[in-house]
Amino acid sequence: MADAFLYVLLILDATFRVATPLVLAALAGMFSERSGVIDIGLEGKMLGSAFAAAACASVTGSAWAGLLVGVAAAIALSMLHGFACITHRGNQVVSGMAINIVVAGLAPTLGFAWFHQGGQTPPLSGDARFASLTLPFADATADWPIIGPLYSELISGHNIIVYMAAAAVPIAAWILFRTRFGLRIRAVGENPHAVDTAGISVVAIRYRALIVTGILCGIAGSYLSIAHGAGFARDMTAGKGYLALAALVFGKWKPVPTLFACLLFAFTDALQARLQGADIPGIGVIPVQFIQALPYILTVLLLAGFVGRAIPPKAIGQPYVKER
Amino acid sequence: MKRIVLAALAAAGMTMGASAFAADFTPAIVFDMGGKFDKSFNEAAYHGAEAFKKDSGVDYLEFEVTQASQREQAMMRMAKKGANIIVAMGFAQAGAVEKAAKEYPDTKFTIIDMVVDLPNVQSIVFKEHEGSFLVGMAAALASKTGKVGFVGGMDIPLIRKFAQGYVEGAKYANPDVEVFQNMTGTTPAAWNDPTKGGELARSQFDRGADVVYAAAGGTGIGVYQAAKDAGKLAIGVDSNQNYLHPGTMLTSMIKRVDVAVEEAFTSAKNGTWKPGIQVLGLAEGGVGWALDEYNEKLVTDDMKAKVEAAKADIIAGKIKVTDYMMQN
Repeated sequence: MADAFLYVLLILDATFRVATPLVLAALAGMFSERSGVIDIGLEGKMLGSAFAAAACASVTGSAWAGLLVGVAAAIALSMLHGFACITHRGNQVVSGMAINIVVAGLAPTLGFAWFHQGGQTPPLSGDARFASLTLPFADATADWPIIGPLYSELISGHNIIVYMAAAAVPIAAWILFRTRFGLRIRAVGENPHAVDTAGISVVAIRYRALIVTGILCGIAGSYLSIAHGAGFARDMTAGKGYLALAALVFGKWKPVPTLFACLLFAFTDALQARLQGADIPGIGVIPVQFIQALPYILTVLLLAGFVGRAIPPKAIGQPYVKER
Repeated sequence: MKRIVLAALAAAGMTMGASAFAADFTPAIVFDMGGKFDKSFNEAAYHGAEAFKKDSGVDYLEFEVTQASQREQAMMRMAKKGANIIVAMGFAQAGAVEKAAKEYPDTKFTIIDMVVDLPNVQSIVFKEHEGSFLVGMAAALASKTGKVGFVGGMDIPLIRKFAQGYVEGAKYANPDVEVFQNMTGTTPAAWNDPTKGGELARSQFDRGADVVYAAAGGTGIGVYQAAKDAGKLAIGVDSNQNYLHPGTMLTSMIKRVDVAVEEAFTSAKNGTWKPGIQVLGLAEGGVGWALDEYNEKLVTDDMKAKVEAAKADIIAGKIKVTDYMMQN
């Protein structure tokens, strides 16, 4: 019994680690898409910030400096996206894809030129990474029944970005639904003309939403290279940006359902790592291919059965043109 | 002025022509997914090619495949450019080699890790199961929990071959050992996903494993890092990876891809290159386990003696390691 409990806790522990970049990126996408700008470039922005963070951390030896530069890189890419599709009213999907492709090529190229390790950054250690934090009393309470392991295994012992992601969900929800800025973001995503009539600049609001997107994406990318991993490798995001986008749609562009969608994806991922080769009583060993397809099968089932229709922001994908 | 420029261009053209003529031997290599600097399989080939370049002074053409469709194009282009020998890295290139070798019957092809049966193709395969057997023994002997792990890259028969040898070696050293196995994925992207590799390793540590062996190309970097973070032991693959994290890298299963590549280039240059199949195992020195200054503290004398004894037994044929690919 105690073993099974610990087993579940460790799966959930892995879920948190895997979900962190997804949650941050999905929230990033939420700000952008709620303001009416499709953000398919989450993948590229994460990859760009992962590279920038690892490069800076390996040069300065400071994880915080790395995080700062990673966030700056993601904001810069976000502004590029904004310049193309807010200012110049370009196609938002094309611009997003362009960012993905440019970063996928540019990051390893710069890495090769700077570090001469084939597009990777040197492995990071010590202060150049965010280490796991042991929360106060974690060791002291570890022996308590139920609550002890829950606290010491599950809640304590993550790096700081995991806690940032946990805090980001309520903060993002509060900004989006309880502040004037959030109201305006949602308004320009639903009905930009009404916002314009009220004398507020649609362009300015969308740019500001994209800055928030950049910050969150930057933290998500930095997590991959300087917190969970230890250095940048080519294509290290491995589709997490797209997965985050899927979670966002899955969660109907709302913070809490999006969080659960991310956790679900992460949970199936953590579970499949443990189910591989496991001998299940009565069934035997399940083939690896089936287990690896499990997250996708589950997603399709849930989408078809439980989630219902996801209604996107009304003005999404449309560049705003002031009527003359 | 214009005339001077033209003359200069002509001169440049002539010298270029001359240098191309002097180097009438052009070797070429096509790396596979994972990239030239995966610190593992492809990187070993790169070191082999560099060693050839240093010894002979002959430069080589190279291409890094990042998409499945590029393999054939890259090979055809190199053959067209007049490469005398083209070395293709990895099982996935077999289809491309077959096509290119038929189209350019005068060009020599060497493929590593796969067999292509054509008169102008040399196939070099390794007995990875023998090398994996040795590191499996080392893992079981070093494990305090009696549980060891294996993280594979893409789920293909070749990687299963590594896994099976490893399991047999671990069981040979300790019949009660428990071995966890994970594959990273079923697409070539699985060769380059360190984040996922790290997670898989952690999932094995959570279940009690304290030594993990990665045969996963660039994905392995994440596995070794996870081992270091958790204070567990890891085993490298293909190249000697002991230097990556001294203190937590127990050993590496070395596969002398570097020697194979260098040998292919050199023999093609000397005219001693022969088509056909070459199988390199423990007896030929094609595979082995790595002992150096980085892991000497981790490998005890007892461990060393037992593994070396098994090595001698495998070479003598007293121990038979199952070859997953022959078995199926």
